[in-house]
Amino acid sequence: MRMKKLFAGALALSMSMSLVACGSSNTNPSTNENDGDPYAKFAGTTISVAAIETAYGTKMWEDVAAAFEKETGIKVKLTTEKNLEDVIGAAMQGGEFPDVIHLATGRPAGLTEQFIKDNNIAEITDVLSMTVPGEDVKVSDKIAGGFTDTSLTNPYGDGKTYLAPMFYSPCGLFYNQGLFEEKGWTVPTTWDEMWELGEKARAEGIYLFTYPTAGYFDAFLYALMYSVGGPEFFDAATHYEEGVWDTEEAKTCFEILGKLASYTNPITPAQANQQDFTQNQQLVLDNKALFMPNGTWIVGEMAPAPRAEGFKWGMTALPAVEKGGSGYSYTWFEQAWIPAGAENIDAGKLFLAFLYSDTACEIFANATDADGKPTPAIQPVKGIADKLTGDNVMFYSIYDNGAKAAMGNFAPFDAIPGIEVSGVFFEPINSLVSGKLTVDQWMADIKAASDQMRANLK
Amino acid sequence: MKKNIGRGGFLAACIAPAAILFFIFMILPTLNVFRMSLYQRGAYSPEETFIGFKNFMMLLNDAQFIRSMQNTILLVVVVTIVTFAMALIFAGILTREKIKGQNFFRIVFYIPNILSIVVIAGIFSAIYKPENGMLNSILGLFMDMTNPILWKGESLVMLSIVMAMIWQAVGYYMVMYMASMSAVPLTMYESAQLDGANRVQQFFQITIPLIWTNIRTTLTFFIISTINMAFLFVKAMTSGGPNGASEVALSYMYSQKDAGLFGYSMAIGVVVFLFSFALSALVNKVTERQTLEY
Repeated sequence: MRMKKLFAGALALSMSMSLVACGSSNTNPSTNENDGDPYAKFAGTTISVAAIETAYGTKMWEDVAAAFEKETGIKVKLTTEKNLEDVIGAAMQGGEFPDVIHLATGRPAGLTEQFIKDNNIAEITDVLSMTVPGEDVKVSDKIAGGFTDTSLTNPYGDGKTYLAPMFYSPCGLFYNQGLFEEKGWTVPTTWDEMWELGEKARAEGIYLFTYPTAGYFDAFLYALMYSVGGPEFFDAATHYEEGVWDTEEAKTCFEILGKLASYTNPITPAQANQQDFTQNQQLVLDNKALFMPNGTWIVGEMAPAPRAEGFKWGMTALPAVEKGGSGYSYTWFEQAWIPAGAENIDAGKLFLAFLYSDTACEIFANATDADGKPTPAIQPVKGIADKLTGDNVMFYSIYDNGAKAAMGNFAPFDAIPGIEVSGVFFEPINSLVSGKLTVDQWMADIKAASDQMRANLK
Repeated sequence: MKKNIGRGGFLAACIAPAAILFFIFMILPTLNVFRMSLYQRGAYSPEETFIGFKNFMMLLNDAQFIRSMQNTILLVVVVTIVTFAMALIFAGILTREKIKGQNFFRIVFYIPNILSIVVIAGIFSAIYKPENGMLNSILGLFMDMTNPILWKGESLVMLSIVMAMIWQAVGYYMVMYMASMSAVPLTMYESAQLDGANRVQQFFQITIPLIWTNIRTTLTFFIISTINMAFLFVKAMTSGGPNGASEVALSYMYSQKDAGLFGYSMAIGVVVFLFSFALSALVNKVTERQTLEY
């Protein structure tokens, strides 16, 4: 008897709750009187958003989630963690997926890559033609050119978009501008000039090159392939086309890498791991190496580190192969995507669209870390250049100063035991520098691996 | 009879929670590892295809797996032998000899064991640093260091991991040996002394045989913990690099999971499981002796 009463009470309560919910959605301030609330069908929906915590901090995500809630009435349950893969991984193995995941490819745990390989990401081509919430512009009109044409957003090469481009950063070679001014050196625009500079620096006891970890060679190799053979060669190489590694372009690429290895500070490979990579970055700050491949986040990452007197960050695109050729700078960007198993795919798409709104871009560009230091995250939208400040003005103007933008990555393939992109194309640079591997051996390994990758291409 | 059932029921009820938990969290996952090693599947995809022993066949042709297995075996052998010898000697000295500050040494040796592996990785990162690192600075007093020794470079990285692992493990085993050594009656040593046995003879003739059971147990510990600890050390110290030179079986298993080969990584898990089981059984068999009573 008592149970029955309780049940009835609960029922009444839940009914009145749902009435309250209706009432609140009717009085939603963003309701447009002419065509009703565009978000009415999402009333009461809560989406879960999981975003990786990086140098940009977490506050910007909280602010964007709040702005999205205010705009659409859709509640956001936000998870931001540095080790996001470990936090959401277990639940996802159990079949519980966040509705939106912001996590770039190229991380050691390769979670995004696994979802791509398993065809486990929801298609979001229609997001491009959606109107940005709170604005009357289409998403595709906001995203800057080229960002939704690469294999990073359209992994299967079928013109369909699966991953939304997020925060971009030009990558290039970072150096100490102060040292160049002091010695009267000019920044090389061709590889021949680079080697000449290498000799000059060697005479002064400075090595030409270092790198944080071999993983940083992704942006480097992509830009190098572009500058050696243009987009055609890049496409052929990243799709493992037959015979592509026997071409003159491929040989030039690896000759340059081989020569660069001989100019690299020999202690680099011993520190090229997650534990010690900042020591390699320190080599540039201490004038023990001239150049290193990196991204704009380096300024914030090394902010507390000691440095040589007169140190000033400089960044240049990869030199051209011949005089008058074009230098390339790789445009690194992150991705946000919706797992195919997500519960609220439509609301998730709305959230993705909102990430390109002026409100969101503003919040991202004004991001600060936990200490309140500015750590601007730059969305790939048109006209974002006006929102840049500090060192970023110089970094992001790299494309205005003659460098061409390189975008894309190695095409995904069905997982092959023992063969991964980083193990085949980037990691061996460590062995090249320490003299355990020759360029010819490396190219032979690449050819063998490339054959298998081609056979398993998605 | 009725009383017996009641008693049996009570015992069963007492054992049940632990037994059920053990079954759910130990037996089931282990069985699942064996099952999944026969499938091709990703970690986050519900789809799986049965492929029989194909994962294991592929393992045989995977040069990186073979290298990681070699590294694991190297660690198990070298770390076990050196740690075992050092722990025994230190334990022998600390229990049998009168040294000032015995307790101090006991604590000093034991401290590395309570440190987190991440902290140890940080400490050794400072020790192995090519420029201004502790080890190279000390060696620099005796030799030219224009080309610093690259402790975490491709040639020496395994040796560097071995040294860190020994440093971490010695204290733990030393304390275990000390516990059983102090249980050996002093009278035995006294009579041995009267018979003219010196310290070293006493150590090998009395101490070692009398703590043999303990030694056998720790040898199994060595095998299991070295395989597990190697993963932590490699992850924290080198991430398997440079260019895979310090990859061990478990870290390779982990990386294959991240590459989207869940079934394949489970096959590696099965191999490691069987390997450690077989090795422990072998060591147990070889070290079998008649237990000495005292």
